[in-house]
Amino acid sequence: MSKVLVVSLCNEKMHDLEFVLPVVDVLKKGDIEFEMKYYKDIINAEKYSHVIIAGTSLQDDSFIDNIDYFSWLKSYNGKVLGICAGMQVLGLMFGGIINEGEEIGYYFEEFNLDFFGLNGKQEVYHLHNNCIYNWEDIGFDILCLGKNGIGQAVKYREKEFYGVLFHPEVRNKNMIEKFVK
Amino acid sequence: MKLGLLFSGGKDSMLAGFIADKYGHDLSCLISILSENKNSFMFHTPSVSNVEVQAEALEVPILIKKTKGEKEIELDDLKNIINRAKSEYGIKGIITGAVLSVYQASRIQRICNELELEVFNPLWQKNQEEILKELIDNNFDVRVVGVFAYPLTKIWLGRPVDKNYIDEVKKLSEKFGISIAGEGGEFESFVLDCPLFKKKIKMIEFEDSCDGENSCRRELKLRVIENE
Repeated sequence: MSKVLVVSLCNEKMHDLEFVLPVVDVLKKGDIEFEMKYYKDIINAEKYSHVIIAGTSLQDDSFIDNIDYFSWLKSYNGKVLGICAGMQVLGLMFGGIINEGEEIGYYFEEFNLDFFGLNGKQEVYHLHNNCIYNWEDIGFDILCLGKNGIGQAVKYREKEFYGVLFHPEVRNKNMIEKFVK
Repeated sequence: MKLGLLFSGGKDSMLAGFIADKYGHDLSCLISILSENKNSFMFHTPSVSNVEVQAEALEVPILIKKTKGEKEIELDDLKNIINRAKSEYGIKGIITGAVLSVYQASRIQRICNELELEVFNPLWQKNQEEILKELIDNNFDVRVVGVFAYPLTKIWLGRPVDKNYIDEVKKLSEKFGISIAGEGGEFESFVLDCPLFKKKIKMIEFEDSCDGENSCRRELKLRVIENE
């Protein structure tokens, strides 16, 4: 039975309505048990089978300066999905380097292998100023590579930690449910 | 945080402003764009005079920009007026009533990103029935002032958004596929009263006009009255 921790990175609480609650709505619809916590308030992640680290606004990168709050990730053995800024958190924890790379709006990305129900050419919603290029150097496989050379979907080789640069809570909501189930 | 509200006078932008207020943000100004292009995907502010009346009732200053509604020019106009709000009112971000439209939301995100402003979309991806219920629960007086889809006709004009409205429009949604909150442009709404209003608005008169059986609009003549 899944029990999901949804992690908010939002420095402004009102941004939870935009970046976290749409994720929560998917879990509610799927009748999936969850709790939601701000990233600075996480004490015991081990009691959750899955963790979803949701995104935040374009102007909010305060999590980068507070990345030590995610040190629990190194010993966590459940499944993790990092969305946009949440994906950057995964990268930063394992030595990734943040680069500028703005993408805003709908884009088409090509999935060569099934990624939680995403196959072939898929329209995805982007909202980010930053990205990470050196995924493969830090132990991740790139499962979907954008035309601009930006990793759009990645997996950590040693654990079931996944990251997506796009926002599945806006388009491709089923992907979240498939990740959890 | 000092914020500017992208304001059409309708239910979504007003509810977004209400939520921002509940979160303790400061509604420093309203920003309205009036497009001459009736088919603009970006802007749906129907009347200058009516948003001015709402601003007076809210006791919040308003910046209004008229645009011809040509695709890229209207975005330049939006950027210019947001930049003006930034310099005149010191806003640090923008609130929008965007719910589902990535077209609108992504363009506003790009503009505000260039201006280094936050964007708050508190209704983003929210269930449309929940939006209507939130309006009712918080005593918003929202009226239908435009209908633009089959089978909606002139008889819907002036209807309040209440429980009966939700029940009826849900049935139409199931049968005809229209969005219950008008996200596809099926309805146009106007907020006559809400908890943020410091003064009351009185409707003096109205005039209905139709381009066809399923394309009708109600023009409102309003004025602010001092609270008794």
